[in-house]
Amino acid sequence: MSLESMYQQVIMDHAREGHGRGLVEIDLPHRGESHQVNTTCGDEVTLRVGVEGDTLARIAWEGQGCSISQASISVLSELLEGESLATADETFEAFRALMQSKGEHLDEEREDLLGDATAFVGVGKYPARIKCALLGWMALQDALIQARGASSAGAEGGTA
Amino acid sequence: MLPDLRDDFPLLARKVRNGRSLVYLDSGATAQKPRAVLEAEDAFYREHNGAVARGAHILAEEATEAFESARADVAELIGAAADEVVWTSGATAAINLVANGMLQASLGAGGAEAERFRVGPGDRIVVTELEHHANLIPWQQLAARTGAELAWIPVDDAGGLRYDEVASVITPATRVVAFSHASNVTGAVTDVEAIVHRAREVGAITVLDGCQSVPHLPVNVAELGVDLMAFSGHKMLGPTGIGALWGRKDLLDALPPSQFGGSAIRVVTMETTTWLDAPQRFEPGTQPVAQAVGMAAAARYLMDLGMEDVARHEARIAQILREGAAEMPGVRLLGPIGDPGSIDVLGLAAVVVDGVHAHDVGQVLDDRGITVRVGHHCAQPLHRRLGVTGSTRASAHVYTTEDDAHAFIEALAAVREFFGVAA
Repeated sequence: MSLESMYQQVIMDHAREGHGRGLVEIDLPHRGESHQVNTTCGDEVTLRVGVEGDTLARIAWEGQGCSISQASISVLSELLEGESLATADETFEAFRALMQSKGEHLDEEREDLLGDATAFVGVGKYPARIKCALLGWMALQDALIQARGASSAGAEGGTA
Repeated sequence: MLPDLRDDFPLLARKVRNGRSLVYLDSGATAQKPRAVLEAEDAFYREHNGAVARGAHILAEEATEAFESARADVAELIGAAADEVVWTSGATAAINLVANGMLQASLGAGGAEAERFRVGPGDRIVVTELEHHANLIPWQQLAARTGAELAWIPVDDAGGLRYDEVASVITPATRVVAFSHASNVTGAVTDVEAIVHRAREVGAITVLDGCQSVPHLPVNVAELGVDLMAFSGHKMLGPTGIGALWGRKDLLDALPPSQFGGSAIRVVTMETTTWLDAPQRFEPGTQPVAQAVGMAAAARYLMDLGMEDVARHEARIAQILREGAAEMPGVRLLGPIGDPGSIDVLGLAAVVVDGVHAHDVGQVLDDRGITVRVGHHCAQPLHRRLGVTGSTRASAHVYTTEDDAHAFIEALAAVREFFGVAA
């Protein structure tokens, strides 16, 4: 595997652009925030989500790290903002499968779901870098758990 | 200069990443092993393996002899007596042995002899701002548990130790001063005398982290004047799982042990135990005997090369690495360039490539078969002080060639090209 296949142009572009970067306040009742650190290199991300009904309505983040970690957060922000929570979950699972695929492509259905995120296929060949690519996704998952906790609490509050 | 030693190190013949020759520049993290070490460990298991210091059979005798002569060899490398060398599982364990021994003393263990190890409120423990986490956290913890104050000798903007602060940081209340003989990030060799002199004035114990010096420089503990020194086997061409603590015998005999078990004891009753003298009092349980034998083989290999020649060889590599990095636009070398021809700096270079994260730098190097360390190298406070989260470090050993060092510098230029940050 060549270096170019790991650092595909779409990854380099996302690393530069940082879609969704900027830790703005999310003014939604159901929200969550997660701070994740890659202990091997000290890279970190703080990611916020806002949920409206069944929709992942807002994603905002700030982070610093390698191009793989930063591009991955950018891609997930672009990919999942405005999508349903079910799609977010499925996409997360597909991305995790991609990281475990040792550089092999996934089936068409899951690759469609992943969109630009399929560009990270080369990362799966380098075990040391999988954590970089997953950093933002772990933050997303954690933040969503909180937002959903807030959702159910809110729902209970509403019916009481 | 040393001859080309690569043939002594089987792993260096490996091809990596699409058949490229391996350029191993991560010796500061762990060194490769010469045949002499691999064979010594193998021969021990094949021919002499037995329980050390127990039993009266021939294998027990041979294993005990191998274990104790290994201790003498390692002691010789640092100019010490054999009974001043304690085996540990590594340098981290050696430093913890001292810090935890001081904690035991502070809790009342060791009687009057252990008085010099006791710390508490009003006392000071001194480290430096450039320490490896292994020589920072044990002292942090000792301070937290005893109420003593942790203070440190700061570094300047270039990463150099502030020797002008030594006298004010090492106050009369200071009981122990723990510091590195050489930085694993800047490569700078510490002026040990400057620190020891002040520590002696105030009656503080000195603990030297020799991890980066013992494998690369002539080290003589008597000349250095420190009280204790930790070093590891795997960084000096020996096996993992073995290291050593050297200490002045009177200190070791007074330091309370903090790990307890068989073999380290004189008399055991159901209520109490009395300890053997050092070094055995610190070696409870079955020891890493084959690893000690391997570490001794590494010590002999280095002594056969001659540590003066080793240091000169690595100084030449340092010059290529450090001057090459310092002269490259968009690349920041952490620490001083060093004085060419002198051995005031180790054969390593930690660099920051502007606009490119250390992990990405390492990936491009790896693609060329060049193995380096990326990240904070277990020295987060120093990196923070220098305003960076991480760096990319190339580090040499006896087998490192000038071509290896040039390959690193050329690869840095390629990194800048690849990520589009070259001017």
